[in-house]
Amino acid sequence: MTAPHTPVSVSPEDARIADKPRLRRFQQASWDEELIFELGSPGERGVLVPAPDPSIGKAEIPPALRRAEPPALPEMSQQQVLRHYLRLSQENLGADLNIDVGQGTCTMKYSPKVNDQFVRDPRIAALHPLQDEDTVQGVLGIIHSLEQLLKEISGMDRVSLQPGAGSAAIYTNVAMIRAYFAARGELEQRDEVITTIFSHPSNAACAKTAGFKVITLHPDADGYPDIEALKAAVGPRTAALLVTNPEDTGIYNPRIEEFVRIVHEAGGLCSYDQANANGILGITRARDAGFDLCHFNLHKTFSTPHACGGPAAGACAVSEDLAPYLPRPTVEFDGSAYRLDDDRPESVGKMRPFYGVVPNLVRAYAWIMSLGAQGLRAAAETAVLNNNYLLHKVRQIPGVSIPYAAGRPRVEQVRYSWEKLHEDTGLHSEDIGLRAADFGTHYWTSHHPYVVPEPMTLEPTESYTRADLDEYAAILAEIAREAYEDPETVRTAPHRSTIHRVRPEALDSPATWAVSWRAYRRKVLGEAGR
Amino acid sequence: MTRIGLVVNPVAGLGGRVGLGGTDGPDRPRVALSLGARPLAGARAAAALGELAARSVQLAVAGRPAWDGRERTPAPVPGRRADATGGPAPDELSDTHAGTAAIAPVGHPQGSGLLVVTAAGPLGADSVAAAGLAGRVVYAAGTGRDTSAADTAAAVRAVVAEGVDLLLFAGGDGTARDVLGALRDVPCPVLGVPTGVKMHSAVFAISPRAAGEVAAAWLARRSTVRLRDAEVMDRDEDALSKGRVASQLFGWLRVPDVPARVQQRKTGSTATTPEAVDGIATDVAERVGDGLLVLGPGSTTRAVAAMLGADVSLTGVDVLRLRPGHRPRIVARDAGEDTLLSVGPAWIALSPIGGQGFLLGRGNQQISPRVLRAAGGRERLLVLCTEQKLAALGSRPLLLDTGDDALNAELSGHLPVITGRRRTSLYRLVG
Repeated sequence: MTAPHTPVSVSPEDARIADKPRLRRFQQASWDEELIFELGSPGERGVLVPAPDPSIGKAEIPPALRRAEPPALPEMSQQQVLRHYLRLSQENLGADLNIDVGQGTCTMKYSPKVNDQFVRDPRIAALHPLQDEDTVQGVLGIIHSLEQLLKEISGMDRVSLQPGAGSAAIYTNVAMIRAYFAARGELEQRDEVITTIFSHPSNAACAKTAGFKVITLHPDADGYPDIEALKAAVGPRTAALLVTNPEDTGIYNPRIEEFVRIVHEAGGLCSYDQANANGILGITRARDAGFDLCHFNLHKTFSTPHACGGPAAGACAVSEDLAPYLPRPTVEFDGSAYRLDDDRPESVGKMRPFYGVVPNLVRAYAWIMSLGAQGLRAAAETAVLNNNYLLHKVRQIPGVSIPYAAGRPRVEQVRYSWEKLHEDTGLHSEDIGLRAADFGTHYWTSHHPYVVPEPMTLEPTESYTRADLDEYAAILAEIAREAYEDPETVRTAPHRSTIHRVRPEALDSPATWAVSWRAYRRKVLGEAGR
Repeated sequence: MTRIGLVVNPVAGLGGRVGLGGTDGPDRPRVALSLGARPLAGARAAAALGELAARSVQLAVAGRPAWDGRERTPAPVPGRRADATGGPAPDELSDTHAGTAAIAPVGHPQGSGLLVVTAAGPLGADSVAAAGLAGRVVYAAGTGRDTSAADTAAAVRAVVAEGVDLLLFAGGDGTARDVLGALRDVPCPVLGVPTGVKMHSAVFAISPRAAGEVAAAWLARRSTVRLRDAEVMDRDEDALSKGRVASQLFGWLRVPDVPARVQQRKTGSTATTPEAVDGIATDVAERVGDGLLVLGPGSTTRAVAAMLGADVSLTGVDVLRLRPGHRPRIVARDAGEDTLLSVGPAWIALSPIGGQGFLLGRGNQQISPRVLRAAGGRERLLVLCTEQKLAALGSRPLLLDTGDDALNAELSGHLPVITGRRRTSLYRLVG
C-alpha cells in the first residue's frame, strides 16, 4: 500500500535543495544550554535519601579522608537533570545517528542492539565483582571462551581481557616486555623501543611512560615504513618494535615479516598494535607474521561501544614466553570449573580492578559468536571493499589527493590530503570538517603532528551501505564545490550545527587549558583557592 | 585606540599572471604592466584590513573569555557598523608631521577603535580608504616616479617610529626582505599579507582575509597568542643560475602564531611550544653533560638555549659551556669558522629550516666542513626539531649542502633527530 500522492507547494528554497537529493537538510537543535554547574539552586534535590536507621550505625571514614567542607556539586531536581542531558544529546552526533565513516582509525561500526540486551540482563548487570567465583561461573566462562576465540584469531598462546582501553592494552604489552627483559637481566641494556610515525601515538607514549627511549621511523620515499631506517635503529639496545599494520594511512606493510626478523635478530621483541585489525580478520594473524605480543581493541574491531572515551576494552594476546607476565588474575579452566588465578609471581600486576570491562567483553563475545569464523572474514572483506569503493568516489573530488604508495589499494581506511584544495582556496581540512557537521556527519583529520598535509581520515567499516557511502562522498564533493566557488561559507562553518570553532591556543598549554569546572574557575575566571 | 601599521608594495605580484615571475628589480614592474598585468596588492591589503575591522568589532562587542567558543551574544554583521561606534579623535586625523610631503588623513571615521598608520597613496593609504578605516599617513614617496624597495624600507621605518601594535605589509619574499632590512633589530610584530608571486617565507598569512583574522586575534588576545620567529626566505639566484631551485635564508621576523592561519604552519600547535622545547633541552643537556655545545641559528636552537638558561642570538652561531647543575656559560657569540675551530671539541646542535628542511648550508655556513670534521662528524651532531616541525616537512628528507661532496655523503643517511627527552625520529638526510 502506498499513500495517495498529494501535491504540495514547494518554496524556492525547497526546490533548490530538491535538486540535490543526496544532501540532507540537516538542522541541529541548539539549546544554548548552561553548564550543569550553572543550573539548580542550593538545597534542591533530585532524590531524597532516607536517613539511615539508627541501628545501622555510622560508617567509619578515616579522618584523613574526610572533607573539610562539602563538595561543590550541582543541586537540582530530576527533571532538570533529565532535560539538561536530553538537550546536550540533541546537540551531539551519536554513533547511531550519523554515517560515522568520517572518524578514521576509530572503526565506528554498528554495535548490534541484541548484544545490549545480553548486557542488561540481570544475569550480567546484577553481578557484583566481589562475588565468590563459584557464583559467577557463567561470566567467567564467557571471558574464558572469548580468550579462546581471540587466541585463534591472533594465533597467539594466551590472552588477557583485563585492559580497559586500547592504550591500556598497549601499556600492558609494554609492561610485559619490560618484565620479560628484567627477568633476563637485559633491561638496563635494552632501553629503546622503535615505532613508526603512522602507528597510533599511544605506542610511543606507552613506551615512554614505561621508561623506554623512543625511536620513531618515518616512511620511505614510497610511503612504506622505512626498512633502512629500521636497520639503522636496531641494535643491542633494542627492547621492542611496536607497530600498527596496516598503518593509519590504510597501507599494509608488505615487509612486515622482514621487520619482525630484523628486530628478532637484534634480540628484541615485536608487539603488534591491532587497532586497525578490522580489514585483516581471518586473513592474516599476528603469530603468522612472527609477533610476540599483540592487542585488539574490542571497542573497534569487535563492535562494542567506544563509550565516549569511557570504559572500552582491550585484549592482550601473547606467546607462551610472555604468558607468565600477563596481568593477574587470569581465568583458568580445569575442565569442570572456572577459577581466578591470583598467584602469578611474575605477573605485571593488575591493569584495572577485577577482571576487565565485563559488559564490553559480553558484547564482543556475542558479536564473534553471531558471525562465526566465516562471518569475521566476510566482515573484514566487506570493510575493505567499502573502503576502496569510498576511495574510488573520493579520489574524483577536486582538491583531494592520496599520499604515499601511489596507485595501491588501501586496507580498511585511507588518510587523504586536501593539500591541493588548501593551496587553491586557503581553506584547511579543519574547515571542511566543520562544514561536514552542517550535513550531520562527523569528520576527522589525523593525529598530531600532521605528517600528511591537510589530512582527512575515513574508515567506512562493513556496517555502512553503498547508499551511505554515496551520501558521505556527495557531502565531501559538495563541500569541495563550495570551497572553490564560495569559500566564505566553508570558512565560517558551521552554520546549521551546534558545534563551534575552538580557538586552540588556550589548549596548547597546561597553564591555560581548563578541562574541568574547577579548572575553569581557577584559570579562566581567576578565582583563587580552587 | 589600537594602532596598526600598513605598508603595501604596490607592484608585488604584478609578474605572476603574465608569467614574469617576481617583480624585484627596477624594470620588471613596467614590463609586467606593459604585458597587461593588473595591480592586486592594494586590493588584497584592503581585504585584510576589512577582515580585521569586522573581527575587531566582534571581539569588542562579544566580551566573553577569549577562548570560549560558545556564542552567547549574537555577533554583529560585518559591514554594518554604526558610525557612532567610535571614530578617531580629531587629533588622529590631523597633520602632525611637518616636513613630510603629502601627509594627510585618509579614510572615513567609522573604524572600530583602529587607527592605521601608513604611507601615502598606493603604498597603503589607498587600501585604508578602500577598507573604510581611519588612517594616518606618515610617509609619501616622491611624485613623478615609480615606487621602489627604498620606499618600502622608508615607509616601514616611518610607520614603526610611530609605535604600532602590529605591522602589516603586503608583498612577496622581496618585500619581506625589505621589511627585514628596514626593521633591523626593532622587535615590532610583523605579518605579511600575501600578494607576491612566490612566497617561500614563513611570515605570510595563507590569504589576505586570514591575515586580517590573525591580526585581529593578535590585537585582541596578546596574552595568549605567542609570537614566533618566522623565516624570511627568497629564491637563491646563484643556485638558480646553476639550474637548481633553492631558497636562501635572510633572517627572521616576529610573527603572531595563530594556529593554522600563517603560511607553512601545518600543525595545530606551535612549532616551539615550551613543553616540546623543554624536553629537547633536557635531552641535549643529558647528552652533552660537561662539555661545549655549538648552537646553530634558528628559533628552535634559541628556544632550547633559553630553556637551558642562556640568551643566544637568533641568527648567529654561539658556543655554550654546559655543566650539570650550572647555568650555561656563553663562550663565544656570533662565532665564525675560525672561532669554532679554536674552541676545542664540541657538540654541534642544529635545527632544520621549517617547512623546507635545510640543515646545513643555509644561514649557518660558519659551521663549515672543517668545523664539522673537527667536531667528529655525525657522531657529534645533534639535530633538534619538534615533532610538529618535522611532520610539516611532509616526509621530505632533511637537506644539506656543505659544499663538500665527501662530507655530504658521509652525513647522508638516517640520522636521529631529537624531538623530546629520550625521543628521537630516525629521519633521512640527503646531501
